[in-house]
Amino acid sequence: MSHISILMENQPGALSRVVGLFSQRGYNIDSLSVAPTNDSSLSRLTMVVKEEESVISQILKQLNKVIDVVEVQNLSDVESVSLEIAIVKLKITEKEASKIIESAFPIVGEIINHKDEFVMIKLIGSNHEVDDFLLSLNKQKFLEVTRSGLLGMGTGENFLISESETTIEY
Amino acid sequence: MKKESGGSALIRALADENVDLLFGYPGGAALHIYDAIYQQDKVQHILVRHEQAAVHAADGYARATGKVGTVLVTSGPGATNAITGIATAYMDSIPLVVISGQVASHLIGTDAFQETDMMGISRPIVKHSFLIQSPEEIPEVVKKAFIIAKTGKPGPVVIDVPKDMTDPNHLFDYQYPKDIKMRSYSVPSEVEESNIEEAVSLLEKAKKPVLYAGGGIIQGNATEELKKLAKIMNAPVTNTLMGLGAFPATHENFIGMLGMHGTYEANMAMHEADLIFALGSRFDDRTTNNPQKYSLNAKKIHLDCDYGSIEKIINVDVSLNGDAKKILNQILNKINPKNIDKASIDLWNNEILNWRETHGLNHDLLDKKFHQKQILPQQVIQSLYKSTNGKAFITSDVGQHQMFAAQYYKFDEPRKWINSGGLGTMGFGLPSAMGVKFAFPDADVVCVTGEGSIQMCIQELSTCMQYGLPVKIINLNNRALGMVKQWQDMQYGGRYSSILYEDSLPDFVKLAESYGHVGIKVENISELEERMDECISMKDKLVFMDVYVDPDEHVYPMLEAGGNMSEMRVSKTKKTF
Ligand SMILES: Cc1ncc(C[n+]2csc(CCOP(=O)(O)OP(=O)(O)O)c2C)c(N)n1
Ligand SMILES: [Mg+2]
Repeated sequence: MSHISILMENQPGALSRVVGLFSQRGYNIDSLSVAPTNDSSLSRLTMVVKEEESVISQILKQLNKVIDVVEVQNLSDVESVSLEIAIVKLKITEKEASKIIESAFPIVGEIINHKDEFVMIKLIGSNHEVDDFLLSLNKQKFLEVTRSGLLGMGTGENFLISESETTIEY
Repeated sequence: MKKESGGSALIRALADENVDLLFGYPGGAALHIYDAIYQQDKVQHILVRHEQAAVHAADGYARATGKVGTVLVTSGPGATNAITGIATAYMDSIPLVVISGQVASHLIGTDAFQETDMMGISRPIVKHSFLIQSPEEIPEVVKKAFIIAKTGKPGPVVIDVPKDMTDPNHLFDYQYPKDIKMRSYSVPSEVEESNIEEAVSLLEKAKKPVLYAGGGIIQGNATEELKKLAKIMNAPVTNTLMGLGAFPATHENFIGMLGMHGTYEANMAMHEADLIFALGSRFDDRTTNNPQKYSLNAKKIHLDCDYGSIEKIINVDVSLNGDAKKILNQILNKINPKNIDKASIDLWNNEILNWRETHGLNHDLLDKKFHQKQILPQQVIQSLYKSTNGKAFITSDVGQHQMFAAQYYKFDEPRKWINSGGLGTMGFGLPSAMGVKFAFPDADVVCVTGEGSIQMCIQELSTCMQYGLPVKIINLNNRALGMVKQWQDMQYGGRYSSILYEDSLPDFVKLAESYGHVGIKVENISELEERMDECISMKDKLVFMDVYVDPDEHVYPMLEAGGNMSEMRVSKTKKTF
């Protein structure tokens, strides 16, 4: 399992090139999150890929070949932090919800909505923590979940892109 | 500064890229562009009879010249017809720029008349693609497309142009950019000196080296450097199907093509080598047989401009990612002829010669003693080789005839052998020959084909008439989809499923004549050579030579599926394992 960070042009079709690469070459994506960055011409993706080491190195090479991809970093190769956000809808009372959240420590949870007999909880944690939390829920009362997929970033000097190597002239 | 519309800017940008020929076929979404073509004379448009042929023709032109081939098609069916051609070019890393018309921007996504998602359909088979979003960006996009198509690992680039982007009433200042900045595109940088040193040290130590050269050496224009290296080492050289001509076939160090239908000696050498230097070849499954059993005793060096190809299939000891010419020159500067193990390599060359003597190809089948009733397809290629003095451009289709041409036509120069190696596209031969003939009007250009393949783009006989393209078509007519038949013979107990035409083949002589060309039919070995000379000597006529060959002939050697490189069938009855 590898976490991969990708910086790509915020262009129509760019995402489909990256995702298409995975289906075309038969690689499995476990999760994928994508959004624009502070530079609106760029999007940043975090991908979780369940493949062997040798396949991962092929994936990194093939990703680098995609022309809309500006930079690729294997977060598993550097020190990095990662987390996932999830929203869960449960058919419980607010009181029951607070209890669940308390007992779920160290995962951070918060009630974000209560409507009719439904409560929505926001969770932030590692993806294992989110997995464990969801497994612990009573199946009858657990109605829906949406997860962001893993978000990750290298620590300290482990930038995805160094300012100097951004453009090449032809 | 003359103002241009999107349509005229597109054609002017092609002219600024020194494009002289644009192969294509018109239609609604491309009409503004076609009107712009009409109003200028720098770029000549070649009207083919099917968009697949337009792409193959541009592809043949690109392979023969080393330049970028260009294509223009309309939206919808025009675009989808081009797809097979684009995939063919993609698999063989051929630089093309394919411009497709598209429905107007505001109609995209509405299932408009002749709308297809060209960006989506072509995505897995292009190096890159662009959707034009404003007419003003056209010059810049064209410039980028050409750079991307021809640099690094070359490949086809699609530019999808919605009709409103070429509106003749929308004018703007045209300027063709001198240089372009692309932050997300780069070509491989220099190889580290330490890598070169490691490679050189392996080359110097080798006792049983093989230089295994592919299409990358041709595309990288590194054939002279390869010759020098082979000479310094006195090392045997094998070429892949795509690499034929990268090293002269008549050179004493040449051991033939390797792989599925490679020579016995080349495949044996790959199996027994202690060093394999892969140069611009990608360890394709047709050249490795079972990768788990592949050349287990050999150290491996891999030079390739595409680092995605390195360690994709075979792990190597030294990887050299970059420009073949540059890297080979670095190696040539470093390597010390005195350190090379000449004595061992002499023994090795002898071993290879022995293999050649046991099961090598017989290049003298025109000798009277091999004259039987039926013409052997190999004899036709040998006769063609003689009639053209080994100097022709040979394009080919896909099947047994392709393999016979690859085995028996001895290519001494790069860019003379034009075939669809990666995708294996039947129908490639005739249109690609047209592209070559446009580029080299005075050269002999011959399409070696089969009666199956030629019918996949036979309509181009008409294009050849219109533009006066006197290519030669040598049809190895075995009355069957021969290569499929061979597999059915070998693996399916001779159950011939759907490979025969039941007397439905056309009279190819009459067919050629109906287009205004010359047709020749040959059924007897006694007349083969004379008719071949006659065919080749008709310099200003397209000649369709329909040669009836032995329908039961198989292509050998043939690697045994799942085996190693030494496990081959060498005839219908003999195998090496
Ligand atoms: C477009 C396409 N369809 C199918 C095939 C599969 N195929 C490979 S060789 C072959 C037979 C080719 O027959 P012919 O052109 O007569 O050549 P021969 O093998 O008889 O020399 C076929 C059907 C292919 N390569 N390309
Ligand atoms: Mg045939």
